[in-house]
Amino acid sequence: MPQRRNAGKPKVAVFKFASCDGCQLSLLDAEEELLDVAGAINIAFFPEASRRMLRGPYDIGIVEGSITTPHDVEHIRAIRKSCGALITIGACATAGGIQALRNWKDIRNFVHVVYASPEYISTLDRSLPVGSFVHVDFELRGCPINKFQLLEIINAFLNKRKPNIHTYSVCMECKIKGNNCIMVARGEPCLGPVTQSGCGAICPSFNRGCYGCFGPMESPNAPALSARLHELGQTKHDIKLAFRTFNAYADAFRKESESNEQ
Amino acid sequence: MNNPFRLTIEGLERVIMSLQQKGYDVIGPRYSDGVIVYDRIHSIDDLPAGFVDELTPGMYRLTKSGNRQFFGYTLPPQSWKRFLYPPCRELFTLRKDGRSFGLTPKEDRSPAYAFVGVRACELSAISIQDRVFSSGDYRDEAYLSVRRRNFIIAVNCSQPAETCFCTSMGTGPKAGAGFDIVLTEIINGESHYFVAEAGSDAGTSLMEGIGAGGADESDVGAADETIRKASAAVTRIMDTSDLPELLAENTDHPQWDDVAKRCLTCGNCTMVCPTCFCSTVEDRTDLAGRIAGRTRTWDSCFTMDFARVSGGNFRISGKSRYRQWLTHKLSSWVEQFGVSGCVGCGRCITWCPVGIDLTAEVGAIKRGSTKQESGGSR
Repeated sequence: MPQRRNAGKPKVAVFKFASCDGCQLSLLDAEEELLDVAGAINIAFFPEASRRMLRGPYDIGIVEGSITTPHDVEHIRAIRKSCGALITIGACATAGGIQALRNWKDIRNFVHVVYASPEYISTLDRSLPVGSFVHVDFELRGCPINKFQLLEIINAFLNKRKPNIHTYSVCMECKIKGNNCIMVARGEPCLGPVTQSGCGAICPSFNRGCYGCFGPMESPNAPALSARLHELGQTKHDIKLAFRTFNAYADAFRKESESNEQ
Repeated sequence: MNNPFRLTIEGLERVIMSLQQKGYDVIGPRYSDGVIVYDRIHSIDDLPAGFVDELTPGMYRLTKSGNRQFFGYTLPPQSWKRFLYPPCRELFTLRKDGRSFGLTPKEDRSPAYAFVGVRACELSAISIQDRVFSSGDYRDEAYLSVRRRNFIIAVNCSQPAETCFCTSMGTGPKAGAGFDIVLTEIINGESHYFVAEAGSDAGTSLMEGIGAGGADESDVGAADETIRKASAAVTRIMDTSDLPELLAENTDHPQWDDVAKRCLTCGNCTMVCPTCFCSTVEDRTDLAGRIAGRTRTWDSCFTMDFARVSGGNFRISGKSRYRQWLTHKLSSWVEQFGVSGCVGCGRCITWCPVGIDLTAEVGAIKRGSTKQESGGSR
């Protein structure tokens, strides 16, 4: 029966690497839309949601998490081969995630401190985005992603149209929403001008500066923002830490945190 | 002044009541979370009495002063554009019907707006957008419909900010045209009132309807003095002599590289600009692809998508995007619409997170004009 019900629907698989699961849960979190989505696609492989695990090939592969071990590298290459379109979701899959903070240290030191038998640990020296190993068709940003953006990607794929995902700054989202600019009106540090929109400008909407969860916007001028943050009283150390969070290893943020290293 | 009225505080309240009775959605300044915003107001109690704002490049601070002035601030972050030309507007929906489809245009349900507290620079901005949206092949009927039903109460500016340069652009601080009523707020010792002047028949009949009395010579003198002082307090200067030509002839000026180092390409300047009108359209579908819809949203010449066309993007660099914005605003706008796109409100200076000041950029280009230095070579 399930086979007939799913006839002709695109087969979708959801895979996970080093991550917290928050992004793939956004799909299950799409409560109102979930039945429609489930009706439009054949969820063939989604261990977090169902015991049913169909073999590939899949029409869409949705990948969460960063690549951190040699095994991950083999696995993501196999996934790439089995998927028509590969969509990576979340800061881990698109930038290496919060765990990429280890990229600035020697991994062997961590392994020795954490594990009783470090010789069993086989890991890469850095946590890297999926796109560093295989071709990715679409990177959906965010820590976590915005579920509406995930639905938009699936919707655009089903209807063979361009997804409406903006790569411009959070400032655009703030102004369209009618938010106050907390950086100009309160002098508070905010990464909005260099961060990609998509979250709905959540933090500025609650009078908090943007933390940069969606990673660098399309043409980030991080040094110019840092200069201003410095005028607003932020030390080089503060600025380094501000850029070194969920998207620490995204190019523009990585460079800016490094140039503020003392 | 033609037949000036003297409007008491209670009189202003009657004006607002009267507009509401006539069915207007009354929009005016009010305090919200550290800034002044234009929003729905129901009475004079909603007005931001006693608030003053300090505006400098990249900085805005609102404080409560001791006085009772209702319109003692200079300018809020966002302009009236938000109401006349909303950030998002659904245009139509398409519904699949067998092998054909049906189109349902989105009905324009925008209310009749009465604006209270429009500054002289903002009146100029509205008149510029009127030109943009009523001319040529791109008439915007929704905008024009809102404008046709729009009632405007202007308030002459009594305290320009450090970022203001209306006097350079010839747009303020005194409201010239485009209002139904213009007020000048006077506080003189214990007395607090407005000198009002009607700018349209609708304005005259409203003032007469609420029974406003005539202003005497000393009232008019006090209003004139307020405006004279405000005018003298505008310190920022935009050198507008031959400005369109200057920018057109200096597209390779090194200053563009200099400003590109500072510019965040975040788009804030275009969002707060009361004349910037660029938009994009987005098509959405339901999952099954049976219903589609088109939405228009504000866009900015600072976004990458703005200049992305088949085959590539013709404005990749921040430099080319800042130059596009400034040369359009101050130079090619004149060619296109017969008027400058800048009204001197200074919002782009205040709300730029890094405080880029277009008057300073123009000054730097003027000082080192490649035309002057190299005899007009490009």
